[in-house]
Amino acid sequence: MDNLLAARSTMAVSLAFHIIFACIGMTMPFLMVISHWLWLKKKDETYLRLTQAWSKGVAIFFAIGAVSGTVLSFELGLLWPGFMKYAGAIIGMPFSWEGTAFFVEAICIGLFLYGWKKLNPYVHWTSGLLVGISGVVSGIFVVCANAWMNAPAGFDLPAGQTSFANGGPVNINPVAAMFNPAWVSQTLHMTIAAFTATSFAVAGIHAILLLRNKNNLLHKRALIIALSFGSIFALAQPLSGDLSAKDVAKRLPVKLAAMEGQFQTEAGAGLTIGGIPDEKTQTTNYGIKIPRLLSFLAYGNFNAVVKGLNDFPKSDWPPVLPVHFGFQIMVGIGFLLAFIGIMFWVLRLKRKEYLSSNWFLRLVALCTPLGFIAVEAGWIVTEVGRQPWIIYGIMKTADSVTPVPYQIVHLILFVVVYLILSVIAVWLMSRQIKALDSLQVNPK
Amino acid sequence: MLYVVILFFLVSIYIYCLLGGADFGAGIIELTSGGKSRDRTISLVSEAMAPIWEANHMWLIIAVVILFNAFPSVYSTLLVSLSIPLILMLIGIILRGSAFTFRHYDAIIDSSQKVYTRVFEYSSLIVPFFFGLVVGSIISGKITASPSDFYEGYVAPWLNFFSITVGIFIASLFSFIASIFLVSESKDKNQAAEFIGRSKKAIIITVASGALVFASSVVDGVHFFEAFFGNRLSISLMVLATVCLPVLWKVLEKGLKWPARILVGAQLLFILGAFYSVYFPTLVRLKDGSELTFYNSSAPQVTLDYLGWALIFGSLIIFPALIYLFKIFKAGERLS
Repeated sequence: MDNLLAARSTMAVSLAFHIIFACIGMTMPFLMVISHWLWLKKKDETYLRLTQAWSKGVAIFFAIGAVSGTVLSFELGLLWPGFMKYAGAIIGMPFSWEGTAFFVEAICIGLFLYGWKKLNPYVHWTSGLLVGISGVVSGIFVVCANAWMNAPAGFDLPAGQTSFANGGPVNINPVAAMFNPAWVSQTLHMTIAAFTATSFAVAGIHAILLLRNKNNLLHKRALIIALSFGSIFALAQPLSGDLSAKDVAKRLPVKLAAMEGQFQTEAGAGLTIGGIPDEKTQTTNYGIKIPRLLSFLAYGNFNAVVKGLNDFPKSDWPPVLPVHFGFQIMVGIGFLLAFIGIMFWVLRLKRKEYLSSNWFLRLVALCTPLGFIAVEAGWIVTEVGRQPWIIYGIMKTADSVTPVPYQIVHLILFVVVYLILSVIAVWLMSRQIKALDSLQVNPK
Repeated sequence: MLYVVILFFLVSIYIYCLLGGADFGAGIIELTSGGKSRDRTISLVSEAMAPIWEANHMWLIIAVVILFNAFPSVYSTLLVSLSIPLILMLIGIILRGSAFTFRHYDAIIDSSQKVYTRVFEYSSLIVPFFFGLVVGSIISGKITASPSDFYEGYVAPWLNFFSITVGIFIASLFSFIASIFLVSESKDKNQAAEFIGRSKKAIIITVASGALVFASSVVDGVHFFEAFFGNRLSISLMVLATVCLPVLWKVLEKGLKWPARILVGAQLLFILGAFYSVYFPTLVRLKDGSELTFYNSSAPQVTLDYLGWALIFGSLIIFPALIYLFKIFKAGERLS
């Protein structure tokens, strides 16, 4: 494995690991404070037990998210020193704000987890809410920085240059860099994705537990809270996805072509569902084609011209297969979860008894990993889809990689550590669930 | 605004060494405590750290963010030349935070507690050691941007006598800080007496390893010994740090919680102050004799302006919140 591939894989592994915990850290606190609020208002002890059970999950996942996030702040320089050397001064601002938000999150999580007896109940509740809000805000800042890599803004290249090869950026404007053209669509898409994926995973776990014991009130209430929260965002996600796709079409047409497996430039291009793109024959086979829909979705016009991969030099192509598959998986799961969200509301409002039916619970149980799979697939689309660039159109990933050899060792170390941690995290969750029934009702 | 940014950078490093250092040191103290008091020490450390350790470790992130935002070339240089110890330090950080949380939150208490505890304790030793090693390496003058081979570029900058002794010094300094903090967290007089004894041992080791740092700098040809003793300010700060010690013992014996904490905080301030009175504004000393400083490596003015304001506004939120956190969990009653 060459150094570049090893470095990219290390980054991918670190991000793929962190993103799960980041999503949970952004979402679980909201589920927790909803349950906590219901306890404060209704004084129903089930909600108290649920709040405490969820807060333990928050504590474990936040800690892993925080340490893996700390690691990422170093990985940027360990793997991409050539990138950070120039990007740091341009795009450091959202990271400096993110530091504050993350700090507030860490302070509030301490207050929430250990403040049961020490704080006024509403101050305590607010500290939990602030964990969620600062988690979302810090997520938004980080995604702003990523959006800048897709839509570089807020600086100029040195006069007469097309890259940083002969000098760093000039006329830096950190505000324009942070609020780059892609920041709205990307932060919106990611925040909604985090809410949806985590809520469906939480709902899925409680559905599994309900299948074992239908009468457990705690799991019933947990399921309702998680699905009510998650379904709203699942329904909103296709809209935000449309916004993102239009943005990609405008600024990164080569990424859109790879997402769609579109090799030929075409007016009135059809939308390909599924299919296997073949870079050699330059065709995407076995897919279902819906005429003219891609042109409409990308540009709002059924006859619009969609650029194919062939319009770009092959050296600028991202790997088509993973980007296409990632996109198909993400969109497929997105629609499935939106559909289940609609079904949930129909049942909840019209046919409440079906909410505890085996088939519905099984369906929700199957959703447990799906949202996270969609999140990972989405990151593959955006990160692999931007290759070979690290800053789109400005700096190639290969030019920013660390000169330190043997990156494969770095990769293996982190794969091993993260694999062990993932296994332990799952194991710990199962132990939490085992202990749930014997959980003390009295707050510590 | 450059000075605002530098101030925040130094303050972050200082608070990380004080509060984060106390957390690391607590792990080292657990590691070295055996026999009957071990279980009590473990439960004391867990209780004392749990609500605040996440916040304490944010200071490292703040320092790193300031570094790559305001001094990007320093950040890139360090993360290339010192990538090996930094990766080892990061793995320690991951294992330590996870193990501590698992120990605290595992719903079922069984033999896995022993594993969490061991991982937490050893990584508590490893992280400050590599942190110190990195600090030693950046002033050792062995970092080079154009190495002729792997060893010169990525191993020699940190694998030397001097850097290793700085690592040992930092680890012992952190355990000293922790033992002082734990005296005032103790449950009863016996435990307090135990930690007073431990902090006395820790200070002896710290002073000894400090002496070793000076000795190794001479052996390794690092411009450190002469620089330190050729500077009036650094000498007087070191004297101040030493004078604090007998006062500290008196205060501890009287069971005064806050004066003891403030004194140890002041000592650390004197030590860091002595360090920077010698080295300011240097950030990295390179093998070719040149230096990356706060001045010659800083980002353009506009970046510093925005960063400075972000830090000022951020601190207006963080400091009150942090004081509130510590007030809730650490203001407790005076030792009886």
